[in-house]
Formats: sequence, C-alpha cells, structure tokens
Amino acid sequence: MKAPSISSACHGCAQKIACSDVDRRQMMQLLATGLATSLPFMATQVHAESTVHLLVDADAEKDFAPLRPNDLKLGKPLLVFPFDAKAGAPKNESRLNKLVVIRLPEDQMTPETKARSASGVLAYSGICTHQGCEVKTWMAKESVLACYCHASKFALLDGAKVVSGPAPKPLASIALSMNGEFLAIASEVPPSSGQPS
Amino acid sequence: MSHLLKKVSLAVVSACAVMAHAATLGPYAPVTDARLSNPEASNWLMYRGNYQGWGYSSLEKINTGNVKKLDLAWSFSTGVTEGHQAPPIVNNGYMYVTTPNAQVIALNAVTGEELWRYKKEIPADLLMLHNTNRGVALYGDKVFVATVDSHLIALDAVTGKVVWDATVGDVKALSYITLAPLAAKGKILVGSSGGETGIRGFVAAFDANSGKEAWRAYTTPGPGEPGSETWPAGDAYKNGGGSVWITGTYDPATNLAYWGTGNPAPWPTEGRPGDNLYTTSTIALDVDTGKIKGHHQYHYNDAWDWDEVSAPVLIDTDINGRKVKGAVHAGRNGYLWMLDRQPSGKIDFVNGISYVYNDVIKSLDKTTGRPTYDLSKKPGMGKAVSFCPSLWGGKDWPPEAWNPKTKLFYIPANNHLCSELPAADEAAYKKGDLYIGYPIDGVLGSLRYQGGKKPDSIGELQAWDLNTGKLAWSHKYDRAIWAPLLTTGGNLVFTGGTNDRKFRAFDARNGKVLWEYSMPSGVTAVPSSFEVNGEQYIAVQAGWGIDAERMQAGINTLNNTKTAVPQGGTVMVFKLEK
Repeated sequence: MKAPSISSACHGCAQKIACSDVDRRQMMQLLATGLATSLPFMATQVHAESTVHLLVDADAEKDFAPLRPNDLKLGKPLLVFPFDAKAGAPKNESRLNKLVVIRLPEDQMTPETKARSASGVLAYSGICTHQGCEVKTWMAKESVLACYCHASKFALLDGAKVVSGPAPKPLASIALSMNGEFLAIASEVPPSSGQPS
Repeated sequence: MSHLLKKVSLAVVSACAVMAHAATLGPYAPVTDARLSNPEASNWLMYRGNYQGWGYSSLEKINTGNVKKLDLAWSFSTGVTEGHQAPPIVNNGYMYVTTPNAQVIALNAVTGEELWRYKKEIPADLLMLHNTNRGVALYGDKVFVATVDSHLIALDAVTGKVVWDATVGDVKALSYITLAPLAAKGKILVGSSGGETGIRGFVAAFDANSGKEAWRAYTTPGPGEPGSETWPAGDAYKNGGGSVWITGTYDPATNLAYWGTGNPAPWPTEGRPGDNLYTTSTIALDVDTGKIKGHHQYHYNDAWDWDEVSAPVLIDTDINGRKVKGAVHAGRNGYLWMLDRQPSGKIDFVNGISYVYNDVIKSLDKTTGRPTYDLSKKPGMGKAVSFCPSLWGGKDWPPEAWNPKTKLFYIPANNHLCSELPAADEAAYKKGDLYIGYPIDGVLGSLRYQGGKKPDSIGELQAWDLNTGKLAWSHKYDRAIWAPLLTTGGNLVFTGGTNDRKFRAFDARNGKVLWEYSMPSGVTAVPSSFEVNGEQYIAVQAGWGIDAERMQAGINTLNNTKTAVPQGGTVMVFKLEK
C-alpha cells in the first residue's frame, strides 16, 4: 500500500489500516466518501483476498463476540473494532481503528447512506475529524452523533455530514454487509452518484 | 581596487548587512532570578508579566490620550487553527509565542521576522480535549514549553534546538499540559490538566539545567497525608482530579508559589463525601521542597465543575481598611476572593464578594469564608438540577489584572449564564476515557439563561476597589467574553474575547472604549506589552477555538442562531502610527 493519497485521504482512519494487511477492497470503502475520482490502479486489484472482517465491541478484551444487528438497540451507538474472522483477533493495534456503529430506521436514511447499511446498521469511523476524540453520543432530538470534546455534530443518516461544530470533514463511512447472521465490513463498494471531495 | 581589498570590503559589507538586519536583536540576555523578580518595564518575561500575576505593563507611551492612533505594526500567521491563548513573551526583542499542536515560534519583536520554529511530534492517536498552549517560560539561556502529550521541553533560546525533554505525566491516562511553566529559583514548575479523565492532580518541579524531576506535589492527598480525612477511605483520591492548568504566581520573598486547583473527579459528589482537599483551592508550595505550606479552599465538595485554577494575584494593598499581603482571585464560583498570605504559607480569608448572579452560594462565613450552599442547586444522582453561574462560572481561566496606578482589580466576567445538568450516571473510572458522571448529551446541551430569558448583557469587564469592596465601573457586553486582560501604566485595559473578532482598549479609570480593531479571528489569548528602541508595542494572538467556541455553540442553541467565528492563528503587534 504505497500510494500516499490513501493515508491522507482516509482522514480519521488509522495510518495502520492504510499500511497493514487490510484488504484493498475495504480500503475502497473507507475512501468512498473521501475521493472525487476513483483510483484505477486499485480497481484492477479487487478480489485479491477474501478475509472477512466482522465487528466486536471495542471494550472487549477476550471472548470476542461478533455483532448481530439485534445486538444493537435502536439509536444506541457502540464503538467497535473490525474483527479478522480468519485470525480470530480484533484489529485493535491503534485506537484510530475504532468504528462507531448504530442501528437507525432505514426510512430516515438518504439513499446513499442506506446503500452502505446492513439490516439498518450504519458504520462510520469512530474518531472525530477535529481533534481525534471518540464520537459515541447520539442526540436523538437532532438525529446527530456528537463529539463530547468540542460538540461537533454529524448527521449519520446523511453520510455523517458535519452539521455544526469545528470538525472540518464528515466521519469516514464504512459500508456494511451481512455475513450470515453477523455484521461485516462489505467487500464491495455500493454504487454512488458522485462523491463530495 | 586590489583583489584582497575587494574581498575584505565585500566581507565588511555583508557583515554590516547581517548586523543591520539583526540590529534590533543584540545578544540574548540570560534570564536570571533577579530579572524575573524585578522585570524591566520594556520586557514581558513571563505569562502575567510579573511573578505576582498582575498582567500589568508600566509602559505609558501608549496611553488614553493617543491610543486611538494605535495601528498594526506587523502580523504573522502561525499556520495553525484552534484556540490560541499564549501571550507573546519578549526578552529584549526576542519574542516567543506558542500555538496549538505543541509549536513554539521565535520572532523578531520589531520586524516580525521568524527566527526559528519548534514543533513537537504528538502521537497520532492522542485524544486532545484542549489542543492549546498558554506560553513559554524563560530562564537562563533557555525557553521552556509544556506540551499536550505531557512533556516539558527545554529549547535553546537563540537556536530553538532541544536541550532536554522530560516526560511529566501519563499520556495514556490523558494527563496533558496546556499551561505556561513557572520558572523560579533554578526550577521549572508545571501542573497537569486531566480532571475530566480522572487524573490525580499535581504540581511538579524540574531542574532547569538538567531536566531532572526535583519534586511532585499531589493535590489530592493519599492515605495518612494531611487533608486525606476530607476524602472517603479507599481509592477515590487516585482519580480525584484537582488538576492544575494555569501558571502559579510566586512570592520571591517567601519562596512560595501559589497555585489554583481544579474540581474533583467525577462531577457528582455521591461517591466522594467530604470537603475533598485540596480541590477548588489555592495551595502555597515551597519551591525548594514542594511541600504544601498552606491553602484556602474557595468552596468544598464541588458539584458544578468550578475549577479554581486561576492563580491568585499577589497584591500588597489595603483591603477593608487595613494593609494586607493579599492573594486575590475571581472565582469560577462567582465570588471575588480576597485572602491574606502569611510568610509561613498559611492563607487566611479576608473578604468575599459575589460578582455575578449566584443561586448556589447563599452566604459566606464571616471569619473563614466557608460558603453555605442552597442544596437544591447541587446536581447529582436522582434528578436534573439547574444552577447559576454556569459550568464555566463567573470567570473561567482568562486572567484578571491589577493596575497599581488606578488601584483597581479587573475581572473579565460572564453573568446571567446558568447550567442544567441531568441526573447523574454511575461513573466508572476507565483509563483514557472521560470520568465525568453525567450523560454527555446532557452536558453538551446544558447551557441556560438565567430565568430562562435571553439577558440584555452577558460579558462584563468589571473594575473593583479592593479596599472598599465596591465595583468602580463595569462595561457590559451584549455577548459572552473569553477575555484575558492586559492593563498598563498608560491607564488602559486591553482585551478581546468576543465573537465579533474585536480587540479593544478601555480607559482603565472609567471603562470607556477608546479604540478597537477587527482581528482576523476572535481573540482569547493573553495580551502583552513591550518596548524596543524606545517604542512601545501591544501584542496579542488572534485565533478562536476551544472553550470560547464551545460556549458559542451553547449560546447558538439557546438563541437558535449559527454564529461561527473563523479560526486561524495570527500574531498581531500594534504600535502608534507616526
């Protein structure tokens, strides 16, 4: 993974994700919200691997239990790590790998956001794009995820756009799919109608 | 001309060019104990100008008569966003500012030319609750900066090269430092932020030459230590807060440094009955040993997040008709405290006056100053509670100022702001995570107006006569202020602090606005003044962010507005136009 644009475009994601053995297809999803154009060299390398990444509670230290949609109460966010099913270990080398997942009503999501959801569950980078604090506070009245550090607010039903506060960019979105009964990081990027830069 | 002569004359010409270029900068004058105890009027050698914390420059070339001719001499982009809070520190034309992202910039104070820049590499995964810095300390031939990843670093004042780098606190526990260090008697003293993440507060001293730690004084006593009886038995003190995040003041005559301490952790009090010494107090530390020689707790068993970190201003003056070696502090808790400092370190109460609307503290004991609370205004478990002043208090960290000519004590206050906290959670300590104890969405949306009604004014620049205990004047703002103060011998008070990006000069005798300037960003930094080659300058950094921005977000919610102040750091230096 030598392209410097990957690490820098993936704002809020760990340098480790960009540089370690994470599947290139997952990188495509991580970049999906951040890039104006696709990267042709990556498209030719899809399907190189088939590692499945499930999701586990970020606070779990052992007895990792991959999450099912119904493990999440509606409107209650949870910080998780991607979980390498083959290796049986979470990708928790860095705090920056944390994702925030939340189950929300599908009919409230924009079409692009819904296309990245699985069974009503959305996933975004759990690291605020402002100063790196963890975002995990759902404010139901405003339908935003708030960062406790400086009150940046992200509209999760609409690609985690910044609604207010000092955050300069949306949270990176991670497309989910179902792997049997479990939530997984999607192996293919859903089609989208043009990306914000 | 002969070849040799040409060579020599070329060398002379270029040497002259270099010298003319650096003409305003002589060799660096080492900063000694003597200079720090009695700083030259032309320099600003430390955070508040002098050890006593006055925020006062005796320079008077810029004064009430001519301040309307103040104009920009030069400006310099720091290249960083977020809240800039550090004063420009000046030693004979060598200027030092610090910025967010652990950066120190050295500048020629007259021309604004950059001399060198130092930037500490901060861990990529560091969570930064307050990415700011309040300035350098000068001592000897070195410049000292404390960082947001809990280091204390000594830099060569002329070259900016690192001389030593000491680790101060546990960055994984989110112990971090934003204050300007205090340099005194061969030691560099720092405290630590992190009350929000349940650190055990402390002041630590390091040898200025070697960087070795000399002592550490904890603000929450361990079992058997004095004050431990004010905590429950067990481990509460270990994550008890009492953070120290503003530079202490210092009395060279007694070798005592006076520090303010933050609130205890977590915020709800049910798990920590007792006064919780030495939180929300001032403590007098012996600089040689770090022993706590005396203290005064402004209010006990805090439940309102009212850090009392602003260090008391040391003023020997008349209070209540008698001469007092005073320690004066405008509390977060909404009271102006006048204390008496004994040579032993003991600190006695003299007077306390409410300076903003307060429905928590009903009265003060006449002898000890101990407050009596309206307990219905104490948040915690069980139900939501409203209280005034707000979490940010009558005055947060922005420093007050004392002017020995006007004999007035100036406070940058916010009035008519309150908070409503929901019922508390069970707070469990987890290293590196918030240890607050309230649902965060409740805290984020907690700001209220007094009586539920938008007030006519919020910010107040107040001027107090300490002797009579009377308000001499008050300039009211129609908006909140985060306004560190500078006052001068020219009878002026300079401050910014408002969301309209103005930096203003007030007549220190009566509060009239005499001059204002539109800055590139809002000003929440400490202003300073200095003189080079007989010309006086006023210097301050513009650069909005941090708590001023948080409060603005709260006010936007109350007013249903979207006021956003642009960020971006700029060093702004003013002088009189000719």
